Amino acid sequence: MAQAPALPTGFELPLKQRLPRIGAVDQVAVEARAAELGKRSIKKDAKVWALELAIRCMDLTTLEGADTPGKVAALCSKAIRPDPTDPTIPSVAAVCVYPNLVPTAVERLRGSGVKVASVATAFPSGQSPTDVKVREVEEAVRFGADEIDMVIDRGAFLSGRYAKVFDEIVKVKEACGDAHLKVILEVSELGTYDNVRRASLLAMAAGGDFIKTSTGKLSGAATLPVHLVMLEAIRDVHEESGRKVGMKPAGGVRSSKNAIQYLVQVHETLGPEWLTPDLYRIGASGLLNDVLMQLRKERTGAYQSKDYFTND
Amino acid sequence: MTELDRRGDRSPVPSDWTYAPAPESRDVVSLQERYGLFIGGEFLEPQAGERFVTVAPRDEEALAEVAQAGPEDVEAAVQSARDAFAGWSKLAGAERAKYLFRIARLLQERAREFAVLESLNGGKPIKESRDVDIPLAAAHFFYYAGWADKLEYAFPNRRPKPLGVAGQIIPWNFPLLMLAWKIAPALAGGNTVVLKPAETTPLTALLFCDVLRQAELPPGVVNVVTGDGRAGAALVDSDVDKIAFTGSTDVGKAIQRRLAGTGKRLTLELGGKAANIVFDDAALDQAVEGIVNGIYFNQGHVCCAGSRLLVQESIYEPLVDKLKQRMATLRVGDPLDKNTDVGAINSAAQLEKIQELVEAGRAEGAEIYQPPCVLPEKGYWFAPTVFTNVAQSYRIAQEEIFGPVLSVLTFRTPEEAIEKANNTPYGLSAGVWTEKGSRILWMADRLRAGVVWANTYNRFDPASPFGGYKESGFGREGGLHGLDAYLDFDGSETFGG
Repeated sequence: MAQAPALPTGFELPLKQRLPRIGAVDQVAVEARAAELGKRSIKKDAKVWALELAIRCMDLTTLEGADTPGKVAALCSKAIRPDPTDPTIPSVAAVCVYPNLVPTAVERLRGSGVKVASVATAFPSGQSPTDVKVREVEEAVRFGADEIDMVIDRGAFLSGRYAKVFDEIVKVKEACGDAHLKVILEVSELGTYDNVRRASLLAMAAGGDFIKTSTGKLSGAATLPVHLVMLEAIRDVHEESGRKVGMKPAGGVRSSKNAIQYLVQVHETLGPEWLTPDLYRIGASGLLNDVLMQLRKERTGAYQSKDYFTND
Repeated sequence: MTELDRRGDRSPVPSDWTYAPAPESRDVVSLQERYGLFIGGEFLEPQAGERFVTVAPRDEEALAEVAQAGPEDVEAAVQSARDAFAGWSKLAGAERAKYLFRIARLLQERAREFAVLESLNGGKPIKESRDVDIPLAAAHFFYYAGWADKLEYAFPNRRPKPLGVAGQIIPWNFPLLMLAWKIAPALAGGNTVVLKPAETTPLTALLFCDVLRQAELPPGVVNVVTGDGRAGAALVDSDVDKIAFTGSTDVGKAIQRRLAGTGKRLTLELGGKAANIVFDDAALDQAVEGIVNGIYFNQGHVCCAGSRLLVQESIYEPLVDKLKQRMATLRVGDPLDKNTDVGAINSAAQLEKIQELVEAGRAEGAEIYQPPCVLPEKGYWFAPTVFTNVAQSYRIAQEEIFGPVLSVLTFRTPEEAIEKANNTPYGLSAGVWTEKGSRILWMADRLRAGVVWANTYNRFDPASPFGGYKESGFGREGGLHGLDAYLDFDGSETFGG
């Protein structure tokens, strides 16, 4: 068996009794299962329900060097009321920005129920000293962020220094205070499904409230098989400890059809109780308009031009 | 405001996510009211005039009337094949290949039609007939088309010649796929064929006759006689040169007795009671998928189904928990719904057999689990079932159930796994789940089974030979071995039966 490397001292898996090991992932089989679930045919009411859920679970994201208060303000308006012509369309779950833009987002979203999420910890590479990362998190929380999306130190993870990764997550979690912590694994840099599973369990053991696939800054972001591997890790932690950890695919969910495939996986792997913004998020920027277009098509029976949907 | 008010004029949505029905349209299939026997390129009435009704197992709807072939009909079909043999066997291999390629392409073009009809008449989920049965059937014709003009290269210095007329009797679990497994190598080798489809699932074989006409296959090269076991028996006794049978071990033994001393060739692909062996280092979630695929694929109507699960004791509890959880997500229902995972049991008789063995399992003391699922009232249905606390001596661990019923046993060491896996009169297939490559090879060396899957299950490919040890039969189908079984060689022994 591909033996999991020794775990850091002080690290206590939540999976003590029944899974006395990290476990393995079979690449061929997990890809086959993901492909099979991807073929579910979701129609009519079930489709409308899923698309509205996709909106309610969406973290509308802008993470550019060129982001300005004006750009973020526009995004916040879109987040609160995604389709100005249809007030029955729900708001998204959160707006996700860089720390410097958190104050703008907080102001714009006040009273709307839409949360403010901030990336932090030397996003996207994570290659900075731990105290600098912790400081960044503290600032973001002070600015009013409800949620922190941190990145793990992939350099440390890939060189086998799991203790460093673990300790850093613990420190960031402390710095978060009441803010929710999402731990970004950046799966496309981890190389194998075994590593994705290992990093998922590590992030959950260290206290992450959510595990998240990617920064969205690399081409290979969320994929259906990676998503499934992470959901199965979440399921194992829940089975063992009763703790419910959330899941967030990011970067790579571009179409409504694709979003429904992700939701089907959650539904059939973790069950309906995970189909809520409290436990499931989709990080995306381009997805929202496609979902709106599909919803309007379900309502009116016809596709409308992209010009009828605002670009924010 | 209630949820409905807020949504204005829009249709109400469910509070929970229930997948809306997604039925595949059956309009692509146009059924005739009655079918004759396909002999010499024509549909002929059965001479004795006997007919029977073939139904849809999902709701017992009568689909069509089918002819019951009598001995005189079978004789006519064999004669027609005999007449066609002279021309067909003399045809250049490249010419035979053209017909086979044409059949393969037509199957692909008409794939939806075949898939819907297969699910309708057989009860299997449309996702399986669409993604497995029909594509694989076409693949078999493509594969053997490629060999038709290369027989000399396939068997160098052995001067391969066709056998003559092959009588082929196929089962109801993969009607079109088994037809392809039988007909494609026979035709590639230059033989002609009389095929008897299973009594409960004749319709795709009859639709296939239409493909043969479209492909302009010379009349008599393939003949199809429908009917129950009497038609099969008549075929066994007729003037054929070879019998190829896939079905139950009892019938296989009867055929072998009947053919003893006649000089007719015989290949048998019979029952199984395969062990699916999971070691404690296996990728558990994927092993669970493999177990589910091994036993609930095609409602367990699979001769190589992984019907005995052997679990290493150290992971027994988490694995069985995961399996039960997974079973609860299986969607049992209308075979034509694209989201259905488990369809209808093929026939009333098969349902009765499954019920009888499950009752025996309960009575012998095994613990039964069936996930909550609502089964349709009409038709033949059985919920996915797993038995734990099963002893090696129980009937459910010994006899082939041929239904969605899994028996779970445990082992402690690799040696014990081998001993238990081999402790059966059957030997068709086995599965091994471990992250350790060397253990896979160690196990494969010792398992007495024709096919050993490693970290997967129920995978088929036309290039890979398939067949059994012991009471699971002899002879191989698929690959070069499958071609060998339809050829005669000058002064040399055949291999693989």
